[in-house]
Amino acid sequence: MQITDFLTLLLLFAGAGFFLAGTVGLLRFPDVYTRLHALTKADNVGLGLVVAGLVLQAESWPAMGKLLLIWLLVILASASVAHLVARTALRKGIRPWKK
Amino acid sequence: MEVLYSGTALFLLLTLVAGLWRVLHGPTPADRMLAAQLFGTTAVASLLLLAQAFGRPHLRDVALVFALLAAVTAVAFVRRAWTVWEDDDADN
Repeated sequence: MQITDFLTLLLLFAGAGFFLAGTVGLLRFPDVYTRLHALTKADNVGLGLVVAGLVLQAESWPAMGKLLLIWLLVILASASVAHLVARTALRKGIRPWKK
Repeated sequence: MEVLYSGTALFLLLTLVAGLWRVLHGPTPADRMLAAQLFGTTAVASLLLLAQAFGRPHLRDVALVFALLAAVTAVAFVRRAWTVWEDDDADN
């Protein structure tokens, strides 16, 4: 097993862990704001780690560029969605969770 | 390595199935939409993994379209379906 294969394995496992954490957070967190927090972690870091693992195995430079482009697009989307949803929820009068 | 890619993709699909609980139970429309957003990202990740696993580079284009549509979907949801000035107390 080469060193890049090993790195890919590590990155993919870490990414899958973040996806699992994001799903668990989405299921367990108490209100929409905390769930947003869980969602954006899975979006940014989880997909980022998976993409980083796959970039190491990509067959050409354009393929790597496309993978990174997909990740950037998802980051952009999740950041704007987090802001929009949180602002709308505040305007609708949903109170942030307090212990 | 193919086993690693397909296994990770399968694991991501299983987390997606677990996330369906949030779509069913809400309680606000935004919670359901957030779960759908997570499904979009999970689908992108598993499509990229499957593209690598089976040597089908076209699946990356499908993932790109998924990423684009996920952005448009959520923005359309907030700006059209879940705005403050329309159903202010109806679907809260």
